[in-house]
Amino acid sequence: MAEIHAVIVPKWGLSMEEGKIDHWYVEEGEQVSEGDDLVDIETTKITNTLESQHAGVFRKLVAEEGETHPCGMIIGVIADAGAADSDIEAFVESFKESYDPADVAVEGGGPEPETIEAAGKRIQYVKMGEGDGTPIIFVHGFGGDLNNWLFTQPALSEDRVTYAIDLPGHGGSIKEVGDGTLSNLSGPLRDFMKAMDIGRAHLVGHSLGGAVVLSVSKEAPDAVASVTAICSAGFGGDINMDYINGFIEGKRQRQLTQTLGALFADKSLVSKDMVDDIIKFKRLDGVDAALRTLAAGAFAGGQQAETLGDQAAALGDRLLVVWGEADEVIPSAHAQNVSGGARVEVLSDAGHMAHMEKSADVNALIVEHVSAFD
Amino acid sequence: MQLTREELLEAYRRMKRIREFEERVNVEFSNGNIPGFVHLYAGQEASGVGICMHLTDDDYIGSTHRGHGHCIAKGCDVEGMMLEIFGKAGGLCGGKGGSMHIADLDKGMLGANAIVGGNPPLVVGAALSAKVNKTGRVAVSFTGDGGSNQGTTFEALNMAVVLNLPAIFVIENNGYGEGTGVDYAVGTKDIAGRAAGFGMPATTVDGTDFFAVYDAMREAVDRAKAGNGPSAIVTEAMRYFGHFVGDPEIYRAKDEVSKLRDEKDPLAIFRNRVTEAGLLEASQLDQLDREVLAEVEKAVEAASAAPFPSVDQLETDVYVTYP
Amino acid sequence: MPKKSVRQAINEALRQEMERDPTVVIIGEDVAGGQGGSGDVDAYGGVMGVTKGLIGTFGPDRVIDTPISESAIMGAAAGAATTGLRPVAELMFVDFLGVCFDQIFNQAAKFRYMFGGKARTPVVIRSMIGAGVRAAAQHSQCLHPIFTHVPGLKVVMPTNAYDAKGLLIQAIRDDDPVVFLEHKTLYDIEDDVPDEAYTIPFGEANFTREGDDVTIVGFSRMVHIANEVADKLEDKGISVEVIDPRTTSPLDEEAILESVERTGRLVVVDEAPPRCNLAVDVAALVADKAFGSLKAPIKRITAPHTPVPFAPTLEDAYIPNAGRVEAAVHEVLESGGRAAAE
Repeated sequence: MAEIHAVIVPKWGLSMEEGKIDHWYVEEGEQVSEGDDLVDIETTKITNTLESQHAGVFRKLVAEEGETHPCGMIIGVIADAGAADSDIEAFVESFKESYDPADVAVEGGGPEPETIEAAGKRIQYVKMGEGDGTPIIFVHGFGGDLNNWLFTQPALSEDRVTYAIDLPGHGGSIKEVGDGTLSNLSGPLRDFMKAMDIGRAHLVGHSLGGAVVLSVSKEAPDAVASVTAICSAGFGGDINMDYINGFIEGKRQRQLTQTLGALFADKSLVSKDMVDDIIKFKRLDGVDAALRTLAAGAFAGGQQAETLGDQAAALGDRLLVVWGEADEVIPSAHAQNVSGGARVEVLSDAGHMAHMEKSADVNALIVEHVSAFD
Repeated sequence: MQLTREELLEAYRRMKRIREFEERVNVEFSNGNIPGFVHLYAGQEASGVGICMHLTDDDYIGSTHRGHGHCIAKGCDVEGMMLEIFGKAGGLCGGKGGSMHIADLDKGMLGANAIVGGNPPLVVGAALSAKVNKTGRVAVSFTGDGGSNQGTTFEALNMAVVLNLPAIFVIENNGYGEGTGVDYAVGTKDIAGRAAGFGMPATTVDGTDFFAVYDAMREAVDRAKAGNGPSAIVTEAMRYFGHFVGDPEIYRAKDEVSKLRDEKDPLAIFRNRVTEAGLLEASQLDQLDREVLAEVEKAVEAASAAPFPSVDQLETDVYVTYP
Repeated sequence: MPKKSVRQAINEALRQEMERDPTVVIIGEDVAGGQGGSGDVDAYGGVMGVTKGLIGTFGPDRVIDTPISESAIMGAAAGAATTGLRPVAELMFVDFLGVCFDQIFNQAAKFRYMFGGKARTPVVIRSMIGAGVRAAAQHSQCLHPIFTHVPGLKVVMPTNAYDAKGLLIQAIRDDDPVVFLEHKTLYDIEDDVPDEAYTIPFGEANFTREGDDVTIVGFSRMVHIANEVADKLEDKGISVEVIDPRTTSPLDEEAILESVERTGRLVVVDEAPPRCNLAVDVAALVADKAFGSLKAPIKRITAPHTPVPFAPTLEDAYIPNAGRVEAAVHEVLESGGRAAAE
């Protein structure tokens, strides 16, 4: 019996309930390989590309462009060329008949965020995956949160436990950030590792979170298996203060939409939900003060306060640096400042949120990197 | 008698201040120096002062449209008051309130109130603050025979009993609500009985007798501070002036006010009591009279000379923050 | 993020602020309920159950049941606010505020101005507005225009659970008197509401839908009707922007003007009767300050100039509905007046 696989609406992130078919990259009858782009799916937060998890022939396009379907619903079929058309039809019918959104809500709902008191500070995190691989900890940047890894964390959680955390001042974590310098973020990350009994981990940091994980690798070298720094702070002085200040001061939806455009090469990726979520985050008690303190501490005088070039050299090939070429927040030219044996990858058509905009490429790079240093 | 000489002197000073202040406001208003309209408290001095001699700046009072006397009794600055009544920039409320809205929250004076029966519910709130925040303060509502007819007053009396609050309701019966007599407009001869009907002790005293008012208030304050709830005191003292300055007072018999001034002058009654008892010398009181006269003269001079608020103050002070 | 109803969100806001600030108290009729009865205290927790459970945590000194005395409740709250408490006064149905207008309009609203800027009156007046539950003329009105009219008051009308929590916390922390009007048909609507405390600034409109063809400004429950119309018309290729001003005083004039300058067409929906309501106010604002942008006459959709009726047929006809709003959108889209004149 030939293998028949359903292409379904994925569940990207905790709040995703449905997806809209934006654009199919494949036509019926086309041969596809694992990892090929299949379809762009628009969620209320962001549009992302679904890749094929199977090799075979794209036999049937079930959901047309413009249609919206709940997470887990079948939208296409991949199968061997030999499978009979009638079998394909029957497969689709039976899938639809047995589809129960409640199952998806439970099974595909994914883990809920949890919190832990790490050295007296509340840190929120979401844990995924299981397996023997060295754990990975994902650390977002200024103004971000653990949801920034929604396209990355699941892909890296197949053979190991992974954690995405909210830094102090962000998400559901404590809003206290001391004087806003880097140690006020790297300290709590180390405390989190201790509290969670994580002896050694791969650290993946984005932007300011990149500087945070570089700091941790300096402060506690034995605890760090490898470092991935995406569009990272710490490799030069420049920082787009118009973005930072616009993020802090922005209150109106359209104004922030404008500001957040700096995060992406493709400005249309800034969705209304993304903007609304950031406004909601900024309204939480203590967040405004935390962001201002962090900006003053980490970017005093409009420049990055701490550069970690020496640490890049110390890490050697255990450091992976990824940059979006069109980064408007921290220039991708900083990638040239990375010395030592680090691997440096600059991705075209990607901006500051390279891990969201080019998630497949970034995920593949991280998979390769962590596998080499497990 | 528990009052010291200093306290007696202070009580007299306040009563005299009220008298001189009101007599002078009458003149200044009649001369066209004061905008709007004013309601004067002369004749009722012993009521306001007898009550407020028990209070500190931390305690609260709520007042009426006839509020100058309560302000002075509570310790408000006379010059600041005069400026306010003249509508001048340096007034207690920056010229935005005027005679009927003088307030000085730092002195616990929550405001004159141009709505009859307006303050009793507010004073319930001040008493609630004292109870919840456990400050040991008391809150006093001054209202009149007219206010005793208002539903808001009834609601406040009941609420104060229900919540067992350190509130004291002073109902000053001055004989008239605007131009209508008490005998016509108040359905009972016993205003205190109204308060008693809500479940609080209530007493009626001669409002021209400082000592009678003072003694009644002591009981009420002790009760409030002991956590035993509200009380009411009705003080009876007729006003010397009309409802407002310029009121032709046709509703009063021709000799009513002159008889009052001769026979029911709270200051004269006080003076006789303390000098006959040998508590104070007449010369001391004469000296105070001169001081108060000079004080009021100085206040009027300052108020006459002060500028009106500049027009840029029109839209300020509506909100603490807006939007 | 956890789903919570408007009712839960308001309860949580009150609880968190009472925990944070010991001067916050709740005062009103049956805010706990059962005092002096032969059964249990906290029998009601407010007539809609919004304050349920709070007396158990904070006790009768801070969750204060009162007699049915609107003037005394409102006056006590205003007086307490000037003397060191932050009361949240509950006045059940906005219709009942007729009993205590003096304490709101002449007292609380005016202290600051008439005392020369020296008073602070941090009081919140919670009350219910709105038709739709067959409660008839004295339990169904939308009186927000009256409060909006009075300088010194701020007026808030939350439309969803997220906004309800953030706006109420803002209202409690605000140093001015705030009238907080909850629509009685919205209590069970659920939304993602953070567990943490947060504030939504007053005077900051929410664009609940973004669009380019027509602007609909709605208030309170009418925002939901506007959203429904926007979603329906989106499928027909008509791009409707919906603005929920959240507060009528202050009013986010900038958001409304900015939107109309883009769309050139305006429909305003207010559940209040037509004269001197917020639809009139917004229409006047736009006519005054964005007339040049208008491509069609402004349409106002409101209740009729009648009391709220009881009979279901009449009440249903009274409340502005999606059909009327949709028709108004078509009307402003099809109006060729301005374009033809050019």
